Amino acid sequence: MEKRQYNITAETGIHARPATLLVQTASKFNSDITLEYQEKSVNLKSIMGVMSLGVGQSASVTITADGDDEKDALDAITETMKTEGLTD
Amino acid sequence: MTKFKGIAASDGIAIASAFRLTEPDLSFDKKTIKNPDTEIDRLNQAIEISKQELRTIQQRTFKDLGRHEAEVFKAHIAILSDPELLKRIESMIKTQHVNAEYALKDVSDSYVKIFNSMTDNDYIKQRSTDINDVTKRVLSHLLGVPLTDPALIDHKVIIIAHDLTPSDTAQFVPNYVKGIVSDMGGRTSHSAIMSRTMEIPAVVGFQGSLADIKDGDQVIVDGLTGNVIVKPSNDEKNEYVEKIKKYRQANSQLTSFRNVATTSSDGKHPIIAANIGTLDDLQAAIDNGAEGIGLFRTEFLYMDSDELPSEQSQFDIYKTVVQRMAGKPVIFRTADIGGDKELPYLHTPHEANPFLGYRAIRMSLDQPDIFRTQLRALIRASAYGNLSIMFPMIATITEFEHAKRIFEDERAKLIAQDVAVGDIRVGIMVEVPAAALLADQFANVVDFMSIGTNDLIQYVMAADRGNRRISYLYQPYNPSVLRLIKSVIDACHDNGTPAYMCGEMAGDQKAIPILVGMGLNEFSMSATSILKSRALIKELDSREMVTLANKTVSLASTSQQVLKYVHQALGKS
Repeated sequence: MEKRQYNITAETGIHARPATLLVQTASKFNSDITLEYQEKSVNLKSIMGVMSLGVGQSASVTITADGDDEKDALDAITETMKTEGLTD
Repeated sequence: MTKFKGIAASDGIAIASAFRLTEPDLSFDKKTIKNPDTEIDRLNQAIEISKQELRTIQQRTFKDLGRHEAEVFKAHIAILSDPELLKRIESMIKTQHVNAEYALKDVSDSYVKIFNSMTDNDYIKQRSTDINDVTKRVLSHLLGVPLTDPALIDHKVIIIAHDLTPSDTAQFVPNYVKGIVSDMGGRTSHSAIMSRTMEIPAVVGFQGSLADIKDGDQVIVDGLTGNVIVKPSNDEKNEYVEKIKKYRQANSQLTSFRNVATTSSDGKHPIIAANIGTLDDLQAAIDNGAEGIGLFRTEFLYMDSDELPSEQSQFDIYKTVVQRMAGKPVIFRTADIGGDKELPYLHTPHEANPFLGYRAIRMSLDQPDIFRTQLRALIRASAYGNLSIMFPMIATITEFEHAKRIFEDERAKLIAQDVAVGDIRVGIMVEVPAAALLADQFANVVDFMSIGTNDLIQYVMAADRGNRRISYLYQPYNPSVLRLIKSVIDACHDNGTPAYMCGEMAGDQKAIPILVGMGLNEFSMSATSILKSRALIKELDSREMVTLANKTVSLASTSQQVLKYVHQALGKS
């Protein structure tokens, strides 16, 4: 199981467009991937789940991947977070 | 064949097959089912068909209308691919033995509830609309009731609709939508204004039953007379083919008026300007030889977006408009939001009487941040052309002075920052009867007035202009309305203040002779009315029209009488 923490620096938080791209990235991997924010945890492959968390600016989130490609998955997700300007 | 009557809303004649754009009945009962697995199969099939449909719509919308318009369908596909959503629906079917329709609606409603409660995130709140739309689509396949998708139209049609929303018209492919028939509203309803902007012949306030028109029926829409003919005979069809030919010829003759100044037969020069809301409309205004823009409806920038437009994005558009008008005057109306133009991301409370409520300048003065952002964008754009600003729905002198102070404040701040600023005239839109009655006082403080007849008439008559049952009260030629308009124009002229008009009445061929007689300085209208109005004014002697105008306000007691005077005056000149 791999686990990483991110600080969201984007002004609008994780809103629809970056959320869609994060979900698309996560969906490419076999691992179970979850997004945790304020003690709530959702499936990162679910757009409705991610948006229902309402992650705003300067939130601290934890992403966990569990499966045969967990490390690759988290690397790819980190990359998407950066290119979408969600985190520094 | 059957002939129906309606209100002529947009010029032109079209013959094509009917395409009914109707809300299907998606009601269903909660049922207990025996076999959850077959129910889940049924659900998955409906979802698969919905996704295929959405992909087609997305590709077509992208090709015909652009990326922004197609984006929403991509979001719809993403929702239908959501594993959590599907899992929750499936588990509800399995554990509670309910039908797929019920489980789908229940789960989707629970998400809508979560999203709607996220008051601090407008973007996500709006996604409830997407979830509702997607749910409707899947439900329609579960129930076997087809949804109608304007984006899927692939042949020439006449749209038959109860009313059209902006999102419907956004999906229209111009080459395929040849005409519109709607049973709602009058000449100033959304359907009517959109059809004129898109130059599609339209009849609104249809007096027959729309249910009598079936999909695929051949329909003739005559936007000049308000006639609608369903399943015409061959003779009638030939007659209309001939009429279309004549109409096109008359139109091409009008093009000789494109690049000449508007002049009456005795040499007076009123200005004919255009009402626009987008850069597409601007092109139509230029193509039709507008001598200015008398009304730029800035609220479309707010309505076409999911969030408040930034100062920079507004500035870019305002600058483009004044630059392309190359020194000709452009009047921007500050955002007329509220009323029938609600913005989901602004959380304006729902009101019982939106037309009498929190809207336009009332909202701007209450939420000055939004107002200041717009004013800054406008002031910056003034360096690039001939720019004026007008405030909508002004009722009192105090409101105007308050708005003007905010304008002066932002102007001073920009000048202090060495930002280039041009001369800007600041005026009001006269649409509240209180302001019209006090026009002589307003004339002392404003640079110009522009009479907004669409709202002024509905306020004078106390008649909602979208309500078909009282549409007879929308009477631009009523002597009461004409007296009020004349008193505003006279008050302006007594003070050397120019008087303009930017309501539908300014482009009305029967009203123009009266308004020329009243000495109106600028007629601002839909781009499509410009050339024929210029041709009409060329035939008018303004001195004779003064006599006509005086007769209408002093002798006439009804609209019919006014129209009789107009008819007589035109016969003579």
